[in-house]
Amino acid sequence: MLHIKDLHANIDGTEILKGLSLDIKPGEIHAIMGPNGSGKSTLASVLAGNEDYEITGGSVTFGDKDLLDLSTEDRAREGLFLAFQYPVEIPGVSNINFLRTAVNEIRQYKGEEPMSAGDFLKLVKERSALVELDGKLANRSVNEGFSGGEKKRNEVFQMAMLEPKLAILDETDSGLDIDALKIVAQGVNAMRSPERSFVVITHYQRLLDYIVPDFVHVLYKGKIVKSGSKELALELEARGYDWIKEEVSA
Amino acid sequence: MMTTETVNVQDEKKSAFLGSISSAFQGAETYATLRKSAWDTLSKFAIPGTKTEAWKYTRVGKVINHSWMKSHGNSQINLPEIAIGGLRYVFVDGLFRADLSDELTYPGLNIRRTGENAENNLLGTLSNHQGDWFEALNAAFFNDGLVIEVDKNAQIDRPVHLVFFTSEENTASFSRNVLSLQESSSLHVFTHYIGSEHSTFSSVVTEAFVGKNAALKIDKIQEGNETAFHHVDWTKQDRDSRFDITTVTLKSSWVRNDLNIRVAGENCHSSLTGAYLPSGKEHVDNHTMVDHMVPNCESDEKYKGIVRENATAVFNGKVFVRPDAQKTNAFQQNANIVLDDTATMFSKPELEIYADDVKCSHGSTTGQFDEEAVFYLRARGIGEVMARKLLVEAFLADVITTLSDERLQTYCTEKIQQLMHS
Repeated sequence: MLHIKDLHANIDGTEILKGLSLDIKPGEIHAIMGPNGSGKSTLASVLAGNEDYEITGGSVTFGDKDLLDLSTEDRAREGLFLAFQYPVEIPGVSNINFLRTAVNEIRQYKGEEPMSAGDFLKLVKERSALVELDGKLANRSVNEGFSGGEKKRNEVFQMAMLEPKLAILDETDSGLDIDALKIVAQGVNAMRSPERSFVVITHYQRLLDYIVPDFVHVLYKGKIVKSGSKELALELEARGYDWIKEEVSA
Repeated sequence: MMTTETVNVQDEKKSAFLGSISSAFQGAETYATLRKSAWDTLSKFAIPGTKTEAWKYTRVGKVINHSWMKSHGNSQINLPEIAIGGLRYVFVDGLFRADLSDELTYPGLNIRRTGENAENNLLGTLSNHQGDWFEALNAAFFNDGLVIEVDKNAQIDRPVHLVFFTSEENTASFSRNVLSLQESSSLHVFTHYIGSEHSTFSSVVTEAFVGKNAALKIDKIQEGNETAFHHVDWTKQDRDSRFDITTVTLKSSWVRNDLNIRVAGENCHSSLTGAYLPSGKEHVDNHTMVDHMVPNCESDEKYKGIVRENATAVFNGKVFVRPDAQKTNAFQQNANIVLDDTATMFSKPELEIYADDVKCSHGSTTGQFDEEAVFYLRARGIGEVMARKLLVEAFLADVITTLSDERLQTYCTEKIQQLMHS
């Protein structure tokens, strides 16, 4: 589904990704862990099409498309979803109006008819319940005045509405208390399917108790330096990253 | 407010301008005292220029370097239809058009054309024709307009829909209105200023008197193409009254709005909102003044603009809180998005507070589009054009939604989207 090969990316002339490769098949959950500054969020931004980053080498294919050739909106329309680490507040744009526009622009891209108002509202009701998001929040301006937990739940709610092929969760767990974390995980798990893949970027093993990954990768200095099963996350939790750093420099 | 710049020698430009205006607009016999005093102002003071504080950022050449004529008053026009179920009164090039208007009668209202029969004793009592040159110009030459009186306790269920249409090439129009609301009455006025593709000049001064416990709402929409608009609103509020005004400037080559509110009775609420989105070489200047003269009143002001291409916008908002006006709550906000390096915004909030137990705040922000928000929307599959459309709509929404009628809101929202993508 997603095939990243030797990806290099810079921001303001500093190289952050230095030859990253990763393969993700349909239905898989990949966790990406790593110390601060290793390039985790850069990977998420680059995949979503953030133009602040310059791609200097490598390739990314998504399905049968060259992802790096697509605009941000076309990546989303092809089924790539990024749950932002810091969701943006947009005063004056209602969450509902925004989502309806998004759903229908994606449908139009696929040559489908717009969703009827009735079907849309039904879907909103069903999917907002997955993350226990209050109906009132759905009618408010996008993320405006939302608590940290509400913002993260709103990201997962949007994912559930847009039904992507690949969802990247960028530190969706950071700053959440355990109850909010469970709700977010429950939303993600409800959306699991043999066709849908997830990339879970996190600092903490705790999330992976609730969203159980098929693979765990360690990103360090812009590359994936170690991959393993979910047990690797437990080992990282117990031993920290120093042993990985030593392995890399050895 | 007083123009202090005096000259002994009339400059040629002024004589030429006043000469052509007075030959075109001679013959008004009403309001002799007012016109005499206005004429004194025109003679005594220089045309406002960069040294006149109130006109510092607005060049007046567009109006002054032009030889204006008076319309013959028979232009065939196609009125854009905004049906809001109002009592519609239409002025074309400054002259009342009975053929396009409703009857000047309605239960609870007393409507006359300005200057017909008896002179109105309120007209000229608020305006600054002794201090402001352009207000004096209007006072000296106005030849039509409406005096609308609302009876005590009358709640007028239909809006009064005024249309000021300027159409004929090189014509000027000088209109004068009085709105007078008696105790406990209410009225909604929608004023639509429309300009054709031709060069025209529209000067309109409206004096509003909001009586005890009365409520006046004014919605103003200006869309002028090549018209230069000089629109002045003076309002005086008596105790327990409410005055709300929304000014949306969709388009015009040159706009100067002066909005002055004298809050003269206790326990009043005043709300002023405005939106503007000049582009090309357009110039929009909003000067506002809220004068809190007495205690226990509240004013709330919000002006928002999107300035792009080579356009210029000016916001100058004055709030006076006089020594007696304790317990005043006065809020003012001006927020702008400047889209291009070539666009210019001058924002000048002025608070003068002479009372010590008040709550006043003001904020002025000028910035660019929130590119993070654009990216966020695009990352959800929304195309860039649509993303920017949503953000423009969102930015101006809290002003547009203060228009009293949903049809006016829809009208403006659609026009704004068209203008932003033209």
